[in-house]
Amino acid sequence: MRLLSFRLPALRRPVLFRARFGAFACAGLLLGGCGPVWNDPYPAGERGQNILYSAFTERPKHLDPVQSYSEDEATFLYQIVEPPLQYHYLKRPYALEPGVAAEMPRLRRYDAAGRLLPETAEAARVAKSVYEIRIRPGVMYQPHPAFARADDGTPRYLSMAPEDLRKIRGVGDFVETGTRELEAADFVHQIKRLAHPRLHSPIFELMAEYLPGLKELQARLADEAKRTPGWIDLTRFELPGVEVVDRHTYRITLKGAYPQFLFWLSMPFFGPVPPEADRFFGQPGMAERNLTLDWWPVGTGPYMLVENNPNARMVLVRNPNYRTDAYPCEGEAADREAGLLADCGKPMPFIDKVVFSREREGIPYWNKFLQGYYDASGVSSDNFDQAVSMTSTGEVSLSDEMEARGIRLLTSVSPSIFYLGFNMLDPVVGGGDTRERRERARKLRQAVSVALDMEEFVSIFLNGRGVPAMSPIPPGMFGAREGEAGINPVIYEWRDGQPRRRGLDVARRLLAEAGWPEGRNAKTGEPLILNLDTTPGGLGDKSRSDWLAKQFRELGVQFVVRPSDFNRFQDKVRQGNAQLFFFGWNADYPDPENMLFLLYGPQGKVKFQGQNASNYENPEYDRLFERMKAMPDGPERQQIIDRMVGMLREDAPWLFGFHPKSYSLQHGWVHNRKPGNIVRNTLKYQRIDVARREAARAEWNRPVLWPLFLLALLLAAIVAPAVRHWRRHERATAAATPAADVRGGR
Amino acid sequence: MFAYLVRRALYAIPILIGVNLLTFVLFFVVNSPDDMARMQVGVKRATPEAIERWKVERGYDKPMFYNPTASGSARVTDTIFFSKSLRMFAFDFGSADDGRDIAREIRERMGPSLAIALPTFLLGLYAAISMALLLVFFRATYLDFWGVVGCVAMMSISSLFYIIGGQWLVSKLWSLVPISGYASGLDATRFLVLPVAISVLAGVGSSVRWYRTIFLEEISKDYVRTARAKGLSELRVLFRHVLKNAMIPILTGVVVVIPLLFMGSLLVESFFAIPGLGSYTIDAINAQDFAVVRAMVFIGSLLYIVGLILTDISYVLVDPRVRLE
Repeated sequence: MRLLSFRLPALRRPVLFRARFGAFACAGLLLGGCGPVWNDPYPAGERGQNILYSAFTERPKHLDPVQSYSEDEATFLYQIVEPPLQYHYLKRPYALEPGVAAEMPRLRRYDAAGRLLPETAEAARVAKSVYEIRIRPGVMYQPHPAFARADDGTPRYLSMAPEDLRKIRGVGDFVETGTRELEAADFVHQIKRLAHPRLHSPIFELMAEYLPGLKELQARLADEAKRTPGWIDLTRFELPGVEVVDRHTYRITLKGAYPQFLFWLSMPFFGPVPPEADRFFGQPGMAERNLTLDWWPVGTGPYMLVENNPNARMVLVRNPNYRTDAYPCEGEAADREAGLLADCGKPMPFIDKVVFSREREGIPYWNKFLQGYYDASGVSSDNFDQAVSMTSTGEVSLSDEMEARGIRLLTSVSPSIFYLGFNMLDPVVGGGDTRERRERARKLRQAVSVALDMEEFVSIFLNGRGVPAMSPIPPGMFGAREGEAGINPVIYEWRDGQPRRRGLDVARRLLAEAGWPEGRNAKTGEPLILNLDTTPGGLGDKSRSDWLAKQFRELGVQFVVRPSDFNRFQDKVRQGNAQLFFFGWNADYPDPENMLFLLYGPQGKVKFQGQNASNYENPEYDRLFERMKAMPDGPERQQIIDRMVGMLREDAPWLFGFHPKSYSLQHGWVHNRKPGNIVRNTLKYQRIDVARREAARAEWNRPVLWPLFLLALLLAAIVAPAVRHWRRHERATAAATPAADVRGGR
Repeated sequence: MFAYLVRRALYAIPILIGVNLLTFVLFFVVNSPDDMARMQVGVKRATPEAIERWKVERGYDKPMFYNPTASGSARVTDTIFFSKSLRMFAFDFGSADDGRDIAREIRERMGPSLAIALPTFLLGLYAAISMALLLVFFRATYLDFWGVVGCVAMMSISSLFYIIGGQWLVSKLWSLVPISGYASGLDATRFLVLPVAISVLAGVGSSVRWYRTIFLEEISKDYVRTARAKGLSELRVLFRHVLKNAMIPILTGVVVVIPLLFMGSLLVESFFAIPGLGSYTIDAINAQDFAVVRAMVFIGSLLYIVGLILTDISYVLVDPRVRLE
C-alpha cells in the first residue's frame, strides 16, 4: 500500500497514461466479452444454444441410485438412471407405464403350496409374488470410461496405478470411453447393491421384509467387507429372490403380496447399475478423487452428468446413445388446450444441455429469473406479491408485471401433508389407560381440530398456497374424495356447496365434554395447558406460535411453545415426550398406502421406531390397513379407505393440516412443463424457444451507463474542492495557516 | 528470532489440541453420533439398524474418549476423539460424512475464496488508509467533518443492505454485471467486481475511522512538527512519516487476518454464489458433518496462530526497536 501511494505520483505522465489506458482497455475487453448484455452470468460461448438453465439451492448428497432418496437429488438422478417403469408425463391420476422395460411387469402369485393363484385372489392367500420384467433390447449406456476396452478386449481402465490417476479430476478426463447394451443382469446387480453394507440404502429394511434373502446377503457382504477393504464383487453372491432369466429378462420374487412394489420399480433404487461401473470406481485412489458412483452416476437415460461441482454448478448433456423415445400423445382434457400435446410423437429429449447453478439465496435466484437467466422458478413468500395477484374471491392469477413478461404460472397440489400430531401416549391429549380418559382425550383433540382454523393459517402464512386437509390422502390420489363426500364431518359441514368449518361453539362444547369447560378442569379448576414442541424455523416458529396461541385462547386453553433444536425435537418425538408437534410427509408414490401407513400401529414411533409419530393404535384400523394395502384400486378398496379415514376423523390423532400447493413460474419460451411432483424424469419432455429467450434477455438487460458517468461526476465534485484546498494549503504561508494546523490538532 | 519462532510453533500444539478438544465437546454436546447418522441416512425410513450400521461403518460406534473394553494404548486410541480428531495434526482430514474427500474440497474452494477475499482485503486496506490520511490532511475542515459523518453512516448500515441494494441497483436496475455466479480464469473478474466493491464499501467506514484515530494520534507528535519544520510538504509528512510510524497498530489488526483470507466470507459468498470456503463450514454445521466442522475449525485455528506469528515478525520489520526473544 505504502509503495503504491508513494510511487504513483512519481510516475512519468506517459507511463501513467499507459497504465490507465491499459486498465480501461482490460475493462473494455471484459465487458465486451459479455456481448450486448453485460450481466449475462453464462459464458459467451453458450449464447444461442439449446440449453435449459435452472438452479439448485441444496447440494445433492447422494447420486448413487441405491442411496439417493431426496427431491434435490431426484432432479439430477432421474434424468440419468432409467428404472424399468415411469409415470406417464401427462395423465392424471398418475399412471405407471413402461420406462426402460418393454412392457409392464408380468405378475404371478402363488399360495403357500406353490399353486398359481388367480389375479383376483385375496392377498392373505398369497405366499409369494413373482414379477417378471422384460427390458427393451438395444438400449445403450451413456459413453463412459468404465466400458472402454483395450485392443485385446480387456477393460481399458482397470488395475490403474496411482500415477495414472494423478491428472484425473473427473470422468471427463479419461480419454477413452465405451458403451454396451443394457442387460437384465444390471438390474439384478443393483438389487444386490441394496444390501451392500457400505452403501446404506435407505430402503434396505423395507425391502428386506419382502425380498427373501436380502438380509442374509447383507450379512455375507458385511463379512466380505471386513476381509476386503475395496471393491466387492457382487456377482459372486446370490440373492435367491432375484434371478436373470435371459439377457433381457429378470425375475423378482417377493414374500406375500406387495402391489406397491410396482411404484418402487419406477425409482432409481431399482434402476440398472452396470457391474463394470462398480468395478471401475472401486479401484484404489478413485474415492479420494471423488470418482465414485455416488458422484458420477452411470445410466441409460436421456442425459448424462458431465460436470459435478455441487458448490457451483451441475451440468447434464444429452446422452448420445439414448434410445428412441417419443413425446406422449395422450393426456388430460386440458392438456391439448395448454399446448402440451403439440409435440406428440416427436423424439425426445428436446434440450441439448441443462445447466444447474447453485443459488443459496432467494433474492439473486429470483432476480436472475426475472432477467431471463433462469428459465423457471418457484414462488417464495418474499416474492409472492410481486409474482401473484389474489382476486377478492381467492382466485390466483399472475401479476401484471409477470404477464407483461410473458411468464406463465403453473400450480399443483403436492402429494404431501403437513399436520399437527397429537402424541397418543401423552396422558392429556392421548388419553391413558381407561376408556373414559381416552374418550375425553378424543373430544379434546376434536375440539383443538375444530378451533385451529387451517384456512386462516394457509391464508396468512402460506399466501394461500395450500389446501386444508380433510384426511391424510392428498387430492388427486386414489382414496381421496371430493365434494361433500370428502369433507371431514367432525370439523366441517357442507353449506352452500362448500365446506364450512364448524364454529368455536362446537369446539367449546367438545372441550366441555372432554372435561375442560372454558379450558379448565371440571373437577379441580386447573387450567388446561397444551405444549407444542417445535424447532426454530419450523412450522411452530414465532409468528405462527403467536397465531396458534391466539386460537387456543379463544377456547380458554393455555398454549406453551417448547422450542428445541432439530435433534432434540426428533428425540422427543422418538421417545414419546412431545405433546403436540408439526410433522410432514411427502409421498413416495401415489398410493393411499403410502399415506395411511403413517398411522398404522406397527409403525409406531416409540414402540417400533417407525413412521407413526403420533403412536396411534387402533386394531380395527390396522386390520383394514393390512387388507387395503394389498388390494387393487376399485370400489372395494375405496370403501375400506373410507372406513379407515372415518376412524381417523373420529379419533383425530392428527389435526389434518394442509396439502401444500406448489407454484411454479416459467418463461414463455419454455414448453411442455406440466406440474406434478411424482413425475421426476421431466427434463426430456421440456422444450425451449432459444431465439425468443435471446431476444427477451437482450431487451430486459440493456446496460444502463449513465450511473457510471454520474459516479465519475460525483467523484470529481468531491475531489475538486479537495484538490483546491490542498493547493491552497500548500501555497499558504505560516501566517495564513489555520491555527489548528499549526497546533497539529484536529 | 528463530528460537522465538520455534517456541511459538511449539506453543501452537497444545493450543490446537485444546481447540480440537473444545470443538469435539461442543459438537457432541449438540449432536450425538445417532443424530449424525440420522442426518446422513435420512429421517425418512431410517431404522435403528440402519443408523447402527452407519455408525459402525464410520467409526462412530466407539466410546468418545476412553474405551474400557480395549487393552493397552487402544483404550485411548480406539475412541472417536483419537481416531477422528488427532490425525488432523498430520493434515489428514479424511472424508466428509457423505464420503467426499475434505482436503480436495478445501483445495477446490480455496481459490474462489481467495479470489474474492484478497482483492477485497488489498483494495479495502488501500482505500481505508488513503481516505484516513486524506481526512487527517483535511482535519478540522468541512471535508473531514462530512467524511467522518459519512464513515459513521456507512458503518451503521448492515452489510446485508449493501449486498441486496448493490445487487438490485448495479445488476438488476443498471444491468452492468451478473447478480451472482462464478467462473474460473479471467472470466471470474466480472463476477467479482460487484462483491469486491460492495465488501470494500461495507468495510471502509469503520476502517477509515479507526485509521484516522491512529493517524491523528501520530500527527500530534514531535517528529511530525520537526518534519514540517524541515519544510516537507504535508503529503510527504503524512505518507512517509506518519504512515510509517503508525504501522504497529495497523499491522496488529491487518497481518493477523491475512492467513484467514483463505477461510472466505460466509455472507458475500452465499449471496453471490461464490463456491468458496466461507459457506463450507456452515453447510457442514447444518448437515451435522463433524468431519468437515473439525477440519475447518482446525485450519482456522492454525491460520490464526500463523497470523499472530506473522504479526510478531512484521513488528520487527517495521520497527527496528522490536526484538523477538
